[in-house]
Amino acid sequence: MIKNVVGASLAVNERLVIRKNRLKNGDGKKRLCIVTGIHGDELEGQYLAYLIGSKIKENISLLNGTVDIYPALNPTGIDSITRGIPLFDLDMNRIFPGTSEGTMPETICAGIIEDISGADICIDVHSSNIFLKELPQIRINVNSADVLIPYAKMLNVDLIWVHESATVLESTLAFSLNSTGTKTLVVEMGVGMRITKEYCFQLCEGVFNLMKQLGMWSGDVTAVREPIVSLNGAVGFVNSDAAGIFVPCVDFGETVSAGNHIGDVLDPLSGEVAEKVNAVCDGMIFTLREYPIVFGGSLLARILQTKGA
Amino acid sequence: MRKEILYSLRSPYRESLDIIGFKFGGEEKTLAVVGAMRGNEVQQMYVCSKLISQLKILEAAGEISQSRGIMVVPCVNYYSMNIGKRFWTMDNTDINRMFPGYELGETTQRIADGLFRKIQGFEYGIQMVSFYQPGNFLPHVKIMETGFTDSNLMKLFGMRFGIVRTPRPYDTTTLNYNWQIWETKAFSMYTNETSRIDENSANEAVEGILRFMANTGMITKKIHSGYQTEIISENSISQIHSKTGGLFISIVKMGAQVAKNELLGKVCDPLDGELSSEIRADCSGIVYFEYSDPLINENTVCFKIIRD
Repeated sequence: MIKNVVGASLAVNERLVIRKNRLKNGDGKKRLCIVTGIHGDELEGQYLAYLIGSKIKENISLLNGTVDIYPALNPTGIDSITRGIPLFDLDMNRIFPGTSEGTMPETICAGIIEDISGADICIDVHSSNIFLKELPQIRINVNSADVLIPYAKMLNVDLIWVHESATVLESTLAFSLNSTGTKTLVVEMGVGMRITKEYCFQLCEGVFNLMKQLGMWSGDVTAVREPIVSLNGAVGFVNSDAAGIFVPCVDFGETVSAGNHIGDVLDPLSGEVAEKVNAVCDGMIFTLREYPIVFGGSLLARILQTKGA
Repeated sequence: MRKEILYSLRSPYRESLDIIGFKFGGEEKTLAVVGAMRGNEVQQMYVCSKLISQLKILEAAGEISQSRGIMVVPCVNYYSMNIGKRFWTMDNTDINRMFPGYELGETTQRIADGLFRKIQGFEYGIQMVSFYQPGNFLPHVKIMETGFTDSNLMKLFGMRFGIVRTPRPYDTTTLNYNWQIWETKAFSMYTNETSRIDENSANEAVEGILRFMANTGMITKKIHSGYQTEIISENSISQIHSKTGGLFISIVKMGAQVAKNELLGKVCDPLDGELSSEIRADCSGIVYFEYSDPLINENTVCFKIIRD
């Protein structure tokens, strides 16, 4: 059943409405929320939402509980290829938990939080941005790691990245929900403005495995992969120092050693190599730059570290 | 006056981005003023340019301290200004959400780091800032309450209002917040405009900064005393929201004294012109913020009132 979660009237003849699809069967009390589309340029979750929704609808008798799918928390952003909330230039994932007495974005965020709160698990699906491609992974604030890692392992991702807490991240959907007792997992996979079908299939299998483990799904599920769990500090960052076009010479997911040549920043005008880019540590490349134009500082790769950098 | 490139960033296809600081007075690190951090902050850059003009005159007249040092950085992000973008040209990130910066980080983190290294350690810092939505403010000065900066210092600007803001999580990566963490007494200054020039409020801002300089011994020129600044908490300011979306029509003027329940504006249906909702004051006080776009969404802050 399609439901309106929260809305507000826009200036001219239109309402901004956040909608969800509630799929419910049996007498199970468990509730799973799949949310995506906070950033309007991240689209991997759209296909995932479709895959989960269509499979459940076709096999509704196998569901015991409630699955709420929120494909577009920032509908005007998705509609206009805008990462933040159009007009406000605000990153929606820095406004949570919002407030019912606040501005339009704040009231929308408060309505979303109110609707999701109390779910047994919430999965917030992101797809990096238009610049970087990510291996399917779950990112967890170190403060929530003990509680969330067991569930994250059920989701068929390649990597669980436990990162340090930062005050600025206290305004995210995931932090707001986790801090009030609704377990929320943040998935990053693929690249902005694209759909990577194999990643969506991979995570979809993980979601049904999670549902099975929660007692919400009685259908068959496939065995999930054992993710690598990266504890804090075990990630090497490779940033460009030069400006130009980045052309990698390694593949996504490849294992490299510290000092290995992983790509070049090239100067199209002079025809020279502006910077030879090397791995900063041993490990697996789980983030790789997709958009070639770089400035000094542009992130080129992240390496899941296996030895000291 | 000495001109110094504080930070330089190479671009793949454009001339380098050179962040320029204009230095006056002595070698002590007394006051840093930062203007446009975003590409639409033309007024903020303009205020700094007027301030530099004034300081040049004072310098020629020998009215700047030989020991106290002043640095003005009129424009940080002119790359975005030159192509009509608000945030960073490539990835749309906000430099004012990247402080204190990171030397080995992403581009805007590096810009923030490069700038911050040159503007930290000053006794005072003033940032010319803008609001995230279209609107006009009565010129005022604001501090973020971190426990470091004494709010009474805002009185030295002699502006009508000094406002104290309790920081929220997203404020912790702004210049103002990080200045204070690194023990610079930091102030944010709001004027009446952002993407357009408002001469009167620009003059008021320049006068306020010069008054602050005079009150802290940076310049010897006598500046008239200005207002007896009223220090108020942002939490005590009333925010009036639109109840509907539509065409926004303001009825009051900025700075007007209004009574509780007084009509401030209205929202009309943009297609048939029918009145959609009235906007009324929920308290008596002074209107110090007014939304300025003709189109408005529901639940948008359209007025802010400093309560009597």
